[in-house]
Amino acid sequence: MKEKLEAIRSLAERELREAGDRQALENLRIRYLGKKGELTAILKQMGALSAEERPAVGRLANQIRAHIEGELTARAAEIRSMETARRLEKEKIDVTLPGRRHELGHKHPLSIELDEIKEIFVGLGFDIVSGPEVEYDYYNFEALNMPKDHPARDTQDTFYINDNILLRTQTSPVQVRTMEKQKPPIRIISPGRVYRSDAVDATHSPLFHQIEGLVVDKGITFANLKGTLEVIIKRMYGEDSIVRFRPHHFPFTEPSAEVDIQCFNCRGAGCRLCKGEGWIEILGCGMVHPNVLSNCKIDPEVYSGFAFGMGLERLVMRKYNIDDLRLFYENDVRFLKQF
Amino acid sequence: MNLSMRWLREFVPLDDMPIREFTEAMTMSGSKVESWEREGEEISNVVVGKVLSLERHPNSDHLWVTKTDVGSGEPLQIITGAQNLKAGDIVPVALHNSTLPGGKKIKRGKLRGLESNGMLCSLGELGLTKHDFPYAVEDGIFVLQEDCRLGQPVCEALGFNDRKIEFEITSNRPDCFSVIGLAREAAATFHKPLRLHAPAVKGGHGPCAALIDVKVEAPDLCPMYSARVVKNVRVKPSPRWMRERLRAMGVRPVNNIVDITNYVMLEYGQPMHSFDYRCLSGHKIRVRRAAEGEAVITLDGAGHKLTPNDLVIADAEKPVAVAGVMGGENSEITDGTASIVFESACFNGPSVRRTARRLGMRTDASGLYEKGLDPNNCLPALDRACELVELLDAGDVTDGAVTVKNYGGERRKIRLDAGWINRFLDISLSADEMKTILKKLDCGFEGDDIVVPTFRPDLVHKADIAEEIARFYGYDKIPGTLLGGGAQGKYTVRQKFEHTVGETMLALGASEIMTYSFLSPKEYDKIRMPAGSPRRRSVVISNPLGEDTSILRTVALPSMLEALARNYNNRNEKACLYELATIYLPTSEDKLPEEKSILICGMYGEGSDFFAAKGMVEELLDRLGVGGWDIEASSEEYSYHPGRCARLSVGGEALGVIGEIHPEVVENYGMEGRAVSFSLDVDTLFRHARLEKAYTPLPRFPAVSRDLALVCDDGIPVKKLEKAIREGAGGLLENVKLFDVYRGEQIAPGKKSVAFSVNLRSADSTLTEERVSGAMKKVIKELEKAGAALRL
Repeated sequence: MKEKLEAIRSLAERELREAGDRQALENLRIRYLGKKGELTAILKQMGALSAEERPAVGRLANQIRAHIEGELTARAAEIRSMETARRLEKEKIDVTLPGRRHELGHKHPLSIELDEIKEIFVGLGFDIVSGPEVEYDYYNFEALNMPKDHPARDTQDTFYINDNILLRTQTSPVQVRTMEKQKPPIRIISPGRVYRSDAVDATHSPLFHQIEGLVVDKGITFANLKGTLEVIIKRMYGEDSIVRFRPHHFPFTEPSAEVDIQCFNCRGAGCRLCKGEGWIEILGCGMVHPNVLSNCKIDPEVYSGFAFGMGLERLVMRKYNIDDLRLFYENDVRFLKQF
Repeated sequence: MNLSMRWLREFVPLDDMPIREFTEAMTMSGSKVESWEREGEEISNVVVGKVLSLERHPNSDHLWVTKTDVGSGEPLQIITGAQNLKAGDIVPVALHNSTLPGGKKIKRGKLRGLESNGMLCSLGELGLTKHDFPYAVEDGIFVLQEDCRLGQPVCEALGFNDRKIEFEITSNRPDCFSVIGLAREAAATFHKPLRLHAPAVKGGHGPCAALIDVKVEAPDLCPMYSARVVKNVRVKPSPRWMRERLRAMGVRPVNNIVDITNYVMLEYGQPMHSFDYRCLSGHKIRVRRAAEGEAVITLDGAGHKLTPNDLVIADAEKPVAVAGVMGGENSEITDGTASIVFESACFNGPSVRRTARRLGMRTDASGLYEKGLDPNNCLPALDRACELVELLDAGDVTDGAVTVKNYGGERRKIRLDAGWINRFLDISLSADEMKTILKKLDCGFEGDDIVVPTFRPDLVHKADIAEEIARFYGYDKIPGTLLGGGAQGKYTVRQKFEHTVGETMLALGASEIMTYSFLSPKEYDKIRMPAGSPRRRSVVISNPLGEDTSILRTVALPSMLEALARNYNNRNEKACLYELATIYLPTSEDKLPEEKSILICGMYGEGSDFFAAKGMVEELLDRLGVGGWDIEASSEEYSYHPGRCARLSVGGEALGVIGEIHPEVVENYGMEGRAVSFSLDVDTLFRHARLEKAYTPLPRFPAVSRDLALVCDDGIPVKKLEKAIREGAGGLLENVKLFDVYRGEQIAPGKKSVAFSVNLRSADSTLTEERVSGAMKKVIKELEKAGAALRL
């Protein structure tokens, strides 16, 4: 019997070494250690042994069982790592193949800039208001101190629907509408589409975007206008921007100013970008004309305010060095994807 | 407005102020300098020379070989092709390495084998015309008749020593469209005296009033009319000093009479006109409204039909000028003109503006008149013109102008409210300091009242005075202070919603586009809009740039298709675009249209099909919290594939459309293949959006999943089966998911197999087999009602 047990041990050892996968190993476990296994079969024959032989054989059988179990475990670990290694080897990939992308859309560059500007103004306590693009002549011109046949109307070539309705040439009518509805204090910006009958070319478009702003309250001064716009311009163009206010004329503001920043290309020396002037005009502004306040039933003796306006396209063109305004409205994905 | 610096210095002692200092200071006091140039700055190394000898070129039948003395060294051998030279002529010589206007460079070289050490120049090569030097010939070398010396730079010899400064003059300052107006600004800017000249006319050739009879029959349109007859005019070129001034201002010299009218207009900002006296029938001038249909041919040869809204200058019979716009051909100065009538008048600005616009002729004069001119400027300008006639010996001036005055002499007064101005600007100047500034601008004072000069119609309100103070105090000296009062800015719910829509579309892979609001009416045909569709009624622009931009869109699709087609034609293999587009729906004639916002998305290229678009809509509606929306197949949408289009609705309201673009429409836009689009009404979307989020606890009990394989008629929409499952499963249903649709082998023709996975869960207990099978039985019953059976 001892010999039989020893034979099982050596056979099991050999077979375990030869077992190549988990299934073979499982088969061996069943064959040697299972309920119907060879070791069990031998133990069942123990009854035929003498009482003296029994403990020794029993011990041996248990030793062998433990040995085989140990070998099984060890071999299982070996096989597992072999299998893992095989699998990993097989699953090797070419990491230089392209990734599976979920393409994101791209925001229009005019929107990107507009959103940034809105953030700046909201942070300074401004609300954002909008109004109709097709507008009454009254709101676009007359209420803004530009009666019919006013020569300043010529600087804004206008698309008319009829004598009294037009496509707004500026977003100022939104300011008038706001002043009619809301009593001061008022602090708003009105971004939006405006229309001028300019034929399309690299620097002109019959449709473009403006951002205008309005502040009305008691005691608003020209110094407030300068201080506020300086802060905004520096946020937009960089804290080191050099800004100047120079006199200008708009029918709806008095005093009026145009604001220039020193050319960031030549630092004021004069170059092609600034047409040799050393300065680049970026916005128009002024103290709201008393007539405009009166037109909106706001008493100019009690309240004062300032207004400003700037074009969005020019701003974005300068920021990204875009030389053709048409690109904004052609919507070629090769353009859009750059933003 | 161009300005000659030499002319300006006649009125303001600016001495040799550096140009940069001048332009900066003028810009900062409100007269913006756009650019400046030195006369002849493109010309270098061109000198005065003398042709010593001419010989035929041995190898040419038209070239000449000259020896030209340029004042130093040996005479130069220069070849020329000109035929107008003789020995002794004084000529401009472009030496080796010289430059001429237009960037042309001259170098030594060989012409037909002989060396030429430069070039003899014509008028044109120096950037001049016969108008600048009337004695010169156009086609040949410019033979100088100037007082000059050999070797002298030609710019010096020709009097190119002026600078032309270009100003941007704003429409409220017609007075600054003149040398005197700008001189006044310069004097105030640099604290220099303004030295104006009072014109003095000798006259002595009989009373003017005896020769001409002036009546203004439309006094409302003509505040001031003055005229003066000049007899025995002697038309000839103007002297060089006048030609130089005109040239420096960018005006072409013509002859003494024309030049005088231009000169006075530039100097005084007052348009002048001259009539041929003999052409004025009855020697009468009538300033009147035109009769309906009355005709006039203007100096440019164009014929015009007039209306009673147009003001004309007429004689006893006919119009001889369109007032303030242009003179008539019938009274033009010609070689045979003996006597002329100078007109210096003031016309109503809006009237001139309307006439000039209607006739499509904007002239220098009409541009000035429409801004509103000073009636008090008419007589000084007329006197100046007559003074110049005498100075130039251009004719015999009669005595006394004939004038008709239709305006009050009242000057506007504005109270100087120094306290208000100081508070308004946040500065602190004394009233006296303010008065000093205003006096520089020719304002008078009566106590604290400012008496506004009549050439400043823009000064009306105390805010206008504040601007004058600010300009000359210096905008840059006014401090910058921040707004007080810590206001809170915020985005409205609608603004946040639109932002979320945009962000979601970007996350879904659509790029934002911006398109014109205009359309051509032809676009409606291209999208197959039926002839009778109410959407064909658009807001029409009465003065469009062209047909392409003649109406405002009532639908967003054409703009999107244009964008897709442009990408397609630019060979971009795919595009997925969206826009929050405004459409404009007309209401009534005198009311504004309704402006509606539409979210439109369009795509073509790999992966672009109906279900890609539908998936985007589903994600978007999910993100916006729009629940209970419905979808229905539609073959009614004319721009879409009738079998691949659906209408969306929510709460019984139309929400939008998803569909594959109709193949004919795709073709109309010059594309091939398929394009898909969806559009949603943003207002409806907003009304049903729930952007505030609510938390539901995670489930504590396990779900049970059952798969259902069904067979039904092919025509039954999957939505109907899904609805049946929802109804049958009731409250236990967590979700239902379609995982297969199959037609073909093992399925009878006209049928399809549809497989769903149904998830059931109860929030408060683990589901028993009994409850599950009970629910599934109901599900199957509902499915049977809907026409589907379990596939066995």
